[in-house]
Amino acid sequence: MRASAASTRLTARHRARRAERGASRSAPVSLLAPGLVALAFLILPLIGLVIRAPWGHMASVLSGTDAVQALELSLWTATTATGVALVIGVPLAWLLARTVFPGQRLVRALVTLPLVLPPVVGGVALLLAFGRAGFIGQLLNSWFGITIPFTPVAVVMAETFVAMPFLIVTVEGALRSANLGYEEAAATMGAGKMTVFRRVTVPMIAPSLGAGAVLCWARALGEFGATITFAGSFPGQTETMPIAVYYALQTDPDAAIALSLILLVVSIAVLVSLRDRWLRGGSTQ
Amino acid sequence: MTDERADGLAVGAQVRRGGFLLDVVLSVAPGEVVGVLGPNGAGKSTLLKALAGLIPVTTGRITLGGRVLDDAGTGTFVEPAARPVGFVFQDYRLFPHLSVLENVAFAPRARRWGKREARSAAAGWLGRLGLADLAQRKPSALSGGQAQRVALARALAGEPGLLLLDEPLSALDAGTRLDVQSELRMHLSEFTGPCLLVTHDPLEALVLADRLTVLEDGRIVQQGAPARVARQPATEYVAKLVGLNLYAGHADGSTVKLADGGTFVIPDRGQHGDVLISVRPSAFAVSLGPPEASSPRNVWPARVAGLTLLADRIRLDLSGTPPALADVTPAAVAELSLQPGSKVWLAVKATDLEVYSRAPVGVPGD
Repeated sequence: MRASAASTRLTARHRARRAERGASRSAPVSLLAPGLVALAFLILPLIGLVIRAPWGHMASVLSGTDAVQALELSLWTATTATGVALVIGVPLAWLLARTVFPGQRLVRALVTLPLVLPPVVGGVALLLAFGRAGFIGQLLNSWFGITIPFTPVAVVMAETFVAMPFLIVTVEGALRSANLGYEEAAATMGAGKMTVFRRVTVPMIAPSLGAGAVLCWARALGEFGATITFAGSFPGQTETMPIAVYYALQTDPDAAIALSLILLVVSIAVLVSLRDRWLRGGSTQ
Repeated sequence: MTDERADGLAVGAQVRRGGFLLDVVLSVAPGEVVGVLGPNGAGKSTLLKALAGLIPVTTGRITLGGRVLDDAGTGTFVEPAARPVGFVFQDYRLFPHLSVLENVAFAPRARRWGKREARSAAAGWLGRLGLADLAQRKPSALSGGQAQRVALARALAGEPGLLLLDEPLSALDAGTRLDVQSELRMHLSEFTGPCLLVTHDPLEALVLADRLTVLEDGRIVQQGAPARVARQPATEYVAKLVGLNLYAGHADGSTVKLADGGTFVIPDRGQHGDVLISVRPSAFAVSLGPPEASSPRNVWPARVAGLTLLADRIRLDLSGTPPALADVTPAAVAELSLQPGSKVWLAVKATDLEVYSRAPVGVPGD
């Protein structure tokens, strides 16, 4: 019996609030305490970053690094990777959602594998396939004289490999839950399959498509393991922001903090842009 | 069986979906509106989908104006996008991301018109249907009646050779429905191709259709002019729909032996064989004692099983041999103090019985 919990004191203000909102919203301590610990764990490191930032001499700290180069490289490779993912990932999402073919479950599992695979392993796999001695890389090299590893192309490939599943999974979910009635209606109005896809399917899943693209872009921007394994870290060529941060931390911690702050700002900007327009729309699908 | 004239729609096909089989022989002349009536699950929507090419037929063929749309025998199948079909869906399916104008311009554009021509054609249709003011609105900003009109404009804008309407008014409230119904009737009469209108509302079918086809369990159980179907229903479902009692029996001159027990006296027109008899609920006289014999009529005892209040009268559900639904005035119910279980006598004049032979299924009755 918990008689003590059955009666409490309510002030007039609490009474009014409870009348307004219904049942009590106060949380039991056994949920409140761990919840606050989790919150602190997520926020404190970021606060540390902000406190330790060399606010006074940010420009001079950054001038000694390849920050601008690295940021430029990161932005354009992440954007290119997202573009590639849109061009080839969305059709794959459509195939997974709208067609039936043998081994479909296996294909779906393989597509989502990079989501759970350690990125370094992805980098090693890319190296074994597209590296100079890799089974595809060998052919590319001997037939066309193309070498991919340790070039910006390799950066884009590593980022696409790791980030594209985010887009595919989001878009496939949207396609599955989309109302097929609209596509039927479009077909009865003379629209061929590509017209239906372009003028009906894509506009109707636009919120999810946007959310998937932003998730994909953010994941590509933060890519480290696969990139450093497959593309290395040549400044101006393959040294992206996360890699630059990692190296800077060993030699020039202030520069590392400044670079991290830049990535933090970019991430927050993405989050804000997502919050109103896409996450909400994307979650309702 | 089918009449594949150079013009018009001819269907002689079966569609199998899971355990369900739709088996239909039907032809619709240009300018004719055929109402397809039937209970839920009868195959009405399946029929429309097969005509639009959203489902291929399992066997048989569909031709429109002499052109084969689907032929399971030869394997010919015209894709939905290549069929000259206008489809008004029950839930309209207006594209939520496009304006009313762009919705209506969709079919012209998809059929390879230029953007500008498509838009001006769409604007023309909107004007014709009195929707010009709504051109820039999104479908979410339309009322039910407006959305229905836009859906019709969108179907017509593709200049189809065949118009299909799937319960076009069922999503409207009762007040709007009457307005839209009379307008729809006008637009349908202007349409020059064959038109099929699926409904489960008998009033809608009677008002909008030139001819009725009744589907039950995937089969056509009755076809004919609306007036005839309403007077001589072929099945229990149709009888219920039009509010008549229906009895099946075997005629032998002036008497009909009913299949489920009981006998009716009918005016002797030399009818022999299997017949159906329909009786209006208001044709019955209900009394507490056996009425005096007079002109040829049918009298039998029954028991009140239930009473339902209709607008200005009370419908009695009577169990007897045969059972009947009879309408009486509220005053009569009070005078006779009728309640469930009351014993009454039913009488109906022979001349109030509509006796007709049971037509073979699927043959047009007009």
